[in-house]
Amino acid sequence: MNAIDVEKVSRVFKRNDNVIKALDNVTLSIEKGEIFGLLGANGAGKTTLIKILTTLLLPSEGNAYVYGYNVIKESNDVRRIINLVSGGETPGYGILTVRENLWFFSQIYGLSNSLARERIDELIKDMELEEYENVRMHKLSTGYKQRLNIARGFINDPKVLFLDEPTLGLDVLNAKHIRRYIKEWVKNNKDKSILLTTHYMSEADEICDKIAIIFKGKIIAYDTPKRLKESVSNVTSAVVEVNSTLMLDNIYGMPAKVEYNNGITRIRILLDEQSSIARVVSYLDSHGYNILSIKLYEPTLEDVYIKYVGLNMNDQ
Amino acid sequence: MINDLRVVYARAYVRLKGLIREPHWSIAEVIIPLLSISAYIYMYEAMNAADHLLAFVAIGGAMLAFWSNVLWGMSSQFYWEKETGNLTQYMVAPISRMAILVGMAIGGMLNTTLRACSIIFIGMLLFPIQLSLIDPFALVIIFILSISALYGLGMLFASLFLLYGREASHIADLLQEPIFLLSGLYYPIFNNRFIPDIVKMAASIIPLTLAIDGLRILLVLNGRFEDVTMHIIGLSILVAILLPLARKALHKLEEISKKEGRLTLRWQ
Ligand SMILES: Nc1ncnc2c1ncn2[C@@H]1O[C@H](COP(=O)(O)OP(=O)(O)O)[C@@H](O)[C@H]1O
Ligand SMILES: [Mg+2]
Repeated sequence: MNAIDVEKVSRVFKRNDNVIKALDNVTLSIEKGEIFGLLGANGAGKTTLIKILTTLLLPSEGNAYVYGYNVIKESNDVRRIINLVSGGETPGYGILTVRENLWFFSQIYGLSNSLARERIDELIKDMELEEYENVRMHKLSTGYKQRLNIARGFINDPKVLFLDEPTLGLDVLNAKHIRRYIKEWVKNNKDKSILLTTHYMSEADEICDKIAIIFKGKIIAYDTPKRLKESVSNVTSAVVEVNSTLMLDNIYGMPAKVEYNNGITRIRILLDEQSSIARVVSYLDSHGYNILSIKLYEPTLEDVYIKYVGLNMNDQ
Repeated sequence: MINDLRVVYARAYVRLKGLIREPHWSIAEVIIPLLSISAYIYMYEAMNAADHLLAFVAIGGAMLAFWSNVLWGMSSQFYWEKETGNLTQYMVAPISRMAILVGMAIGGMLNTTLRACSIIFIGMLLFPIQLSLIDPFALVIIFILSISALYGLGMLFASLFLLYGREASHIADLLQEPIFLLSGLYYPIFNNRFIPDIVKMAASIIPLTLAIDGLRILLVLNGRFEDVTMHIIGLSILVAILLPLARKALHKLEEISKKEGRLTLRWQ
């Protein structure tokens, strides 16, 4: 049995006269022991899928299962084995301390007081919250609030944990700590699974065993990070810097993405073959651009995204 | 079942902690009703009204504390819980949603009972308010039924807030003055020649009306159980309707919200 099965799920939202297709015929499976990354830009449909799987929202069509339980008909069985952490939110009560908040949520999952204490001690240690355990939540910094939020997600020792942009808006250090913890947790507990959404490609690349790229509600690529990168490995990617501004989205049909910085333009291009770099150079040269540097790269997930979606995620 | 009790206890605990940690809120909530009580007492004094009216006003003011708690601490609470993301957590958890509401209600009742007693106590220090009690049993019954009905109504409103958010809060705002008028917060409503019988009957649907009148009979007019039988029957009917209705509404509105995608939507 898989940890999660999503079968042809669609979800439509109707607002006034607007009809938004947030999910369009999504099918995917997540195995036990897997960290699965759902990668997509804002509005791609990531949260909508998470809401359906966590029993907060009904699909318009299709079926979904968590550990074999139907999320629509057996929602209470699903709820017993999952937890959800949403990056932008900090559930809990400001007047309660870190420890009291964790206790509060342990009660929501019916933990006995002794088990709750044991688990809270552990989580406070793991999340390095010892110094703050008796500090009220409203006094915590964003990073520590988010650590508390993550700790809360583990309070019922879920079989499947849903993380909706868990490092959203966090500084590098906090984000790194959280990523490391998530990775360790799945490594040390066979059978546990995580569905994580993110719009940080490097995050997905770093911790996910499998990745689905979602674009406008559709899954457009779905594989291990390694194989996804291999799918673009016949092409090398090049970064060319030129000393003036230019705008383009391809060179001879090769997808390109530009960034401006202090009068310098960085162009990232997916070359269709290694020798194409010569064509890029002659193109830029013949258009009068002064080439400052050229670097060739092994493809990254960013290139995968550019290949499948045709444009860079942050530009959407 | 045991798990539901844990939830009730935990949610009530948050309320009680709030009372201890943020006492200034409670102090404000004691002073504000005292101000309106004072205004009415000065008015009655200027008219040379009978002394028992002063006590009536004090009881009305104390019950106002419950009404405010039902409106702001219960009805609109889910709206705030939505904003913080707590509602999402409640909905994702394998618990009875009623347990959350009951926990909120119990915490609110305890806090507010303390406030209501303070209001009456300070009122008695400031003004010549006389209270007496000859039937404590009837008082306990009326009090328990009153707050059960009031918080039952609060739970029903809370369920509506789940779906309607701000719109529901506007309606609660709009209803405030009419409720003050109809419940007889600052004057006796039932033996009042300006109020038509039909309005008196309609007013009895509001738990606050029967609660205030019953408490006045027992605490001011030396009434006994038999003087408040109608109140007890009326309040019992309200409890019997409101609590199951709240439960049904919560269930139904959760379903609708899940279908429409409004359950955990923060902006509405
Ligand atoms: N409850 C809702 N009502 C109406 N539209 C919604 C609702 N939730 C999401 N949407 C729309 O569905 C699309 C996908 O949203 P979402 O799943 O939140 O994207 P993501 O999490 O990937 O940023 C967006 O266009 C969004 O505006
Ligand atoms: Mg999202």
